[in-house]
Amino acid sequence: MTTAAALSRYADLPALIGLMEGDEKHTEAAHSTLDVVWVLYDRVLAVTPDTAEAPDRDRFLLSKGHGPAAFYAVLAAKGFLDVPTLRSWAAFDSPLGHHPDRVLVPGAEIGSGSLGHGLPLGLGTALGLRAQRIRRPDGAEPRVVVLVGDRELHEGSNHEAIAVAGRMGADNLTVVAVDNASSGHGWPGGIGARFGVEGWEARDVSGRDHDALYEALTRPHAGRPLAVVARVRP
Amino acid sequence: MNMRETFAATVDRAMDEDPRVAVVLAAISTEMFRAPASRHPGRVIDVGIREQAMIGVAGGLALTGMRPIVHSYAPFLVERPFEQVKLDLGHQDVGAVLVSIGASYDASGAGRTHQAPGDVALFDSLPGWTVYAPGHPDEVRDALAAAVPGEHRVYVRLSEEANRAPMPVSGRLSVLRTGSPRSAGVVVAVGPMLDRVLEATADLDVTVAYTATVRPFDREGLSALAGAAGNADVLVVEPYLRGTSAHEVAGALADRRHRQLGLGVAREHEVRSYGTPARHARVHGLDAEGIAKAARDFFLV
Repeated sequence: MTTAAALSRYADLPALIGLMEGDEKHTEAAHSTLDVVWVLYDRVLAVTPDTAEAPDRDRFLLSKGHGPAAFYAVLAAKGFLDVPTLRSWAAFDSPLGHHPDRVLVPGAEIGSGSLGHGLPLGLGTALGLRAQRIRRPDGAEPRVVVLVGDRELHEGSNHEAIAVAGRMGADNLTVVAVDNASSGHGWPGGIGARFGVEGWEARDVSGRDHDALYEALTRPHAGRPLAVVARVRP
Repeated sequence: MNMRETFAATVDRAMDEDPRVAVVLAAISTEMFRAPASRHPGRVIDVGIREQAMIGVAGGLALTGMRPIVHSYAPFLVERPFEQVKLDLGHQDVGAVLVSIGASYDASGAGRTHQAPGDVALFDSLPGWTVYAPGHPDEVRDALAAAVPGEHRVYVRLSEEANRAPMPVSGRLSVLRTGSPRSAGVVVAVGPMLDRVLEATADLDVTVAYTATVRPFDREGLSALAGAAGNADVLVVEPYLRGTSAHEVAGALADRRHRQLGLGVAREHEVRSYGTPARHARVHGLDAEGIAKAARDFFLV
């Protein structure tokens, strides 16, 4: 697949998004997640198209299903999706809708769209991997990374899962909260504090700084689930 | 053992036999799963009183290949986290076994907040669910034996009301009494309604059939029974919302002229009273006397 090979770099992502949205349209929601999703698939997650069904793969759950163009673009750049498929975006028989459907999108771990579902699903996934003692050949425990939006955190279901994950010490679970300050009522004390008080390790970084994201996502946090608040410009 | 105790004992054994089986609770019946929780670390998960997380966690467990069994009172298992049931199980295309207690008005003294007569009707709005309403503790065991090894989505509705003897959980209508070729029609009793239906129809020339398997409904079986009866008139007596299975009866009998009536929990009003389940059954016309009167009126005898 020469096209995919040619469109596999970070610099190619705008072109890939352009295949879906056209060159003119750029939705804030889609692009606020671009750097986080890229760093995850490029440097953090142990998952490839060849291991997309492997029980010991790392898992990325896009909970904030709105604006999935950046996610689809990264999946295409990494070979989960064929690049030409992007052109069919939102057509009747396309696998790619305005919210992702895991049954249709190769590489998508969950279907999302209605807010507040990914974090409880991610917690269950993390607990399921742990209950089955699933490990990679090198002994590493697969990790589960859930991306939520700051506005998505309004949904109470998130806070049910945040409390349970903290209390159970689910350190194979990571939440990346992309904070573009879109939360109408705000989060006094910061989003990280919501996780910290429940026993999570909370880290605050620029959502555009690849090295800072990598460091925050990979520094050990034994015994505690990890919340990375990725700030992006509103 | 009652249905709830039979459920706990059956799941206890299933956890020893099938490493996929996990139990997800929200602070209800936690004590009953204490022993398997200690034998199987990580496979009994009590999320506290957080029912959205309960269903979401079950969906996540299923995504890793486990077989979650999820349990609470019917209103907190089905109604409160209904979008999670729809999306975290159905839309993710994963399975789970949901087992409720409380039925329609087992918690008569607790009031409306603890009653969910609309649970089966809600599952009817979602594709792909198997629904059991067992009429005896042995049927709980048999329904779970069919449900747990699979991967599909199953709802098992436990009740404190039960029939004297168990019936087979076959997925087909079981005939208890066959009417004459000139009979008035067919009565279908669901789950705990069987004993009182038999009593209520003892002096009627009707066919009486039973099922604990509510969905998929045995349309073929009903069509055959209605065809053999003197009239294709069908009375369905269900322990939940009145008329829940009316669309199934209509589908089964679409190719013949027929009449149908559903008995069940009243739709028209909320019963703002406490007291006993037996008293609530009487209010809804679901005691033997109420069923007998409705049957005589419907079958025009």
